[in-house]
Amino acid sequence: MATLTPQAPSPASTAAPGRGGIWEWITTTDHKKIGILYGFSSILFFVVGGVEALFIRLQLAVPNGEILSADAYNQMFTMHATTMVFLVVMPIASAFANYFLPLQLGARDVAFPRLNAFSYWLYLAGALFLTVSFFVGGGADGGWFGYAPLSTQVTEVVRMDYWSLGLQVLGVASIASSVNFITTVLTMRAPGMTLMRMPVFSWMVFIISFLLLFSLPMVTVGLIQVFLDRNIGTLFFDAANGGDPVLWQHLFWLFGHPEVYVLILPAMGIVSEVLPTFARKPLFGRSFVIFSGIAIGFMGFGVWAHHMFTSGLGPVAEAAFALTTMFIAVPTGVKIFNWLGTIWGGSLELNTPMLFSLGFIFLFVIGGLSGVTHSIVPADSQQHDSYYVVAHFHYVLFGGAIFGIFSGIYYWFPKVFGKLLNERIGKVNFWLMFIGMNLTFAPMHVLGLNGMPRRTYRYAEGLGLDVWNLVATIGSLVLALGIAVFLYNGWRTFRKGEVAGPDPWDARTLEWTTSSPPPEHNFDRIPVVHHEDDFWHQKYTTDEEGRAVAIPADLRPVVAEGPDEDIHLPSPSYHPALAGLGIFVMLLGLVYVPWGLIAVGVGGIGFLWGMFGWSLEPLVRGDH
Amino acid sequence: MNGTERHEGRLRVGRRFFRRPTGRFVLFSIAASVLLAACTTDIPQNSLDPASPQARDIDNLWWLVFWIAVVVFVLVEVALVVAIVRFRRRRRGPEREVRQVHGNLRMEIMWTILPVVVLAVIAVPTVKTIFDLREAPTPEENALVVNVIGHQWWWEFEYPELGFSTAQEMYIPAGRSIYLNITSADVIHSFWTPRLHGKRDAVPGRVNNLTYFADEPGDYLGQCAEFCGLAHADMRHMVRAVSAGDFEVWAAKHASLPEIPEEGAVASGWETFNIICVACHVIGDVGPGVDLTVPVADRLPGGSGDYVLAPNLSYFAEREKFGGWTFENDTAHLQAWLADPSDLKPMTPELNDLEEGRVLGMPNFGLSPEDISNLTALLQSLE
Repeated sequence: MATLTPQAPSPASTAAPGRGGIWEWITTTDHKKIGILYGFSSILFFVVGGVEALFIRLQLAVPNGEILSADAYNQMFTMHATTMVFLVVMPIASAFANYFLPLQLGARDVAFPRLNAFSYWLYLAGALFLTVSFFVGGGADGGWFGYAPLSTQVTEVVRMDYWSLGLQVLGVASIASSVNFITTVLTMRAPGMTLMRMPVFSWMVFIISFLLLFSLPMVTVGLIQVFLDRNIGTLFFDAANGGDPVLWQHLFWLFGHPEVYVLILPAMGIVSEVLPTFARKPLFGRSFVIFSGIAIGFMGFGVWAHHMFTSGLGPVAEAAFALTTMFIAVPTGVKIFNWLGTIWGGSLELNTPMLFSLGFIFLFVIGGLSGVTHSIVPADSQQHDSYYVVAHFHYVLFGGAIFGIFSGIYYWFPKVFGKLLNERIGKVNFWLMFIGMNLTFAPMHVLGLNGMPRRTYRYAEGLGLDVWNLVATIGSLVLALGIAVFLYNGWRTFRKGEVAGPDPWDARTLEWTTSSPPPEHNFDRIPVVHHEDDFWHQKYTTDEEGRAVAIPADLRPVVAEGPDEDIHLPSPSYHPALAGLGIFVMLLGLVYVPWGLIAVGVGGIGFLWGMFGWSLEPLVRGDH
Repeated sequence: MNGTERHEGRLRVGRRFFRRPTGRFVLFSIAASVLLAACTTDIPQNSLDPASPQARDIDNLWWLVFWIAVVVFVLVEVALVVAIVRFRRRRRGPEREVRQVHGNLRMEIMWTILPVVVLAVIAVPTVKTIFDLREAPTPEENALVVNVIGHQWWWEFEYPELGFSTAQEMYIPAGRSIYLNITSADVIHSFWTPRLHGKRDAVPGRVNNLTYFADEPGDYLGQCAEFCGLAHADMRHMVRAVSAGDFEVWAAKHASLPEIPEEGAVASGWETFNIICVACHVIGDVGPGVDLTVPVADRLPGGSGDYVLAPNLSYFAEREKFGGWTFENDTAHLQAWLADPSDLKPMTPELNDLEEGRVLGMPNFGLSPEDISNLTALLQSLE
């Protein structure tokens, strides 16, 4: 029986990194490798979506901009949003969830390792499929929200087929990983890890998994209807034939609003991990932070129609959704106040992960407040679909989600890669992004109130919009510079980063008890948990005033551990990747019916092969 | 440093910081007011420069919420900044371990209830205004009905009581309620004249309503606010509020047929119009035709009546701009438009499908320079 901290790398883990090679990545079922795949893919698409955003800003820098045609501009803003939502923020949350959920729970992997790999390959298939569209007649151009009947209007142009099928597949990938994460949380927690002792990040992953599980089926139905309207002449959204365009809006936003919380809750979870670590205090009102997350999850299903306040819902529905929308601010506020309570009285180490978390709070407050102004339906009838809304959700999703994610990257990078990102470059990174973000998005509040609608590829002179648009464009360049600095920091760290050690931050949760990077099987012995922030309690006790007192390393209690059992790890398998590839080919075929049916057949065979192989192959690789 | 000294040091830092935010608050308020006040001059689509009772109701509500939000913003952000400055670690090392506070039930209850109270304060006027703004004008108000129909990518304005329709510019009498029936002929649009009212979507198959009421004669610019495809940005409109007398004159003009000379360039243009343009456009009683007695939603694709395919060109010359109120109505722009419409405004006429009622722009008819010049003369004669 060894003490838990720090774990010496076991023979298994020292053997693992040497066996590189692309085949190993394709066949991996290790949640950590899959997490890394998710992470790198989302960073790649983050750059793609960022370039799209820069094109948009350059086009709008001056009135009547001529850098992009209207057609190119519509593709840019549609794909910028689609990319950032589905190919960046969601999968990067998946990256963290994959890597750290089992580690935080004290588990050796997720519940369904091959389903996990399948989720990733399906995500990649959907992402590449959406991108392929650019090279075969243009990217999707009907908005990321794809309002019918615009999205079903011109069936000869296949762009929106790529969009509807691509999102469909991304949805399936998310549902699969939601099932996986929920099962993992419910069945694979280490002994003693009660739900309320579970780290807050894991809690938020647990909550968003339910959100995705319940919300994605609704948009799935809608996307099928769009595809059928476009391709076989159904009339779900055709008003002239008794269909209803507003039905699409309900289906989309019934998914789309919970989706907003899917994007933000993981970032809130990250912040709830980072603040206590660097304030050297436990999370203030931990159960309130968790329950407010649950409350947001439930209420998130009751506010969708605030995206439709101008559709003509009638005053009763408008008033009802105004009230629900206002009151979802309450649990959000509870979180913010608890974060303030966490840092109040702490001893704050203002390093890069902490700066990003504090930046998150600062910016999220602004986005939250402008969100409340949307619930004022009459005021929203002015703000809706104007740049004011663009300002609002970038404060929430860039200032919120992305800052939270960057905090997470700086915080967990040393655990994943064993090296610390450079602090000085990190601070430059933070300040460039913080300044750039405010320069870009704060002026958009004014632009919107001054009557600039969204999704317009040009605006006339003399509307009083020139100055703030130029400022926003300059801001976006500062922002881009900040991202470039981040990429440089990552690249530099891989080459000559400072070695981190298992617990560089003196952190509080179980993932820091393992080596950095953790061995393939995570824990030599499954830990037994006695407290929330269990790792902290192994290192510290408190005096009568409640101040932390470090326990000398040689006096730390020997933690009772799980039995010294055989370690079972899932065997590598190429079947999930094959099934994903099969689906990619099927999708391509579906766009070009009837000739494409051949591709559907070929892809279908690949998919079925993958599925059968998957179900027939042996489960476990040889014991260690 | 013993405990007392540290305590005092913290207090001093705290005091300095409480003084600064107060000053900052005042500065911020002044800056915000100046900024937003500055924005109210000469910005034609400024939602904060209301010119109607409806827009003013919205504006009042906005400012109430804005100032509450400013107070919350300042309180929370100041607390955050004070916490960061006051509790930042000045030296490395574990000797300044802090008290491990896990929470405080009383504070949790306080900061749950307080926002509820604030939100309740906002909720009451919000709900009231929602219902107020939705009230249709009473018969005593003698509201003028205007049907507003969105097309890709221009607005059609129909005056069913007066028996004519026009496009791009909506004339209304100032000081009288205008009841808008808003719908769409193709995809979803949104009708927005920020200084007069919030926006309302134009949804095919549905009729949404708004009540406009311009306080004073004046020009109120607006544009489509729901993404409606390629030229969404070039789908603008102008609301021209005129005095009751001027409106009578204007309406009488539109209710009568324009006079076309028998000879000259205008007459030649009229001939060309009757051969080519008439397939979609209307001048006077010549055109594909639309029956104004049929309710507006029924006249949409699939409905029982005809529907308009392109802007009504009667009295075209009175319009300041054309093509979705985007291009100056002058000879150069008219000729450029007639030579190749899609070169001026992004459109995809090659995807038109008239049987389906799908019109995505005016095709290039390969008009000769003479035709172009004659048609320009015709359009410019329609004053």
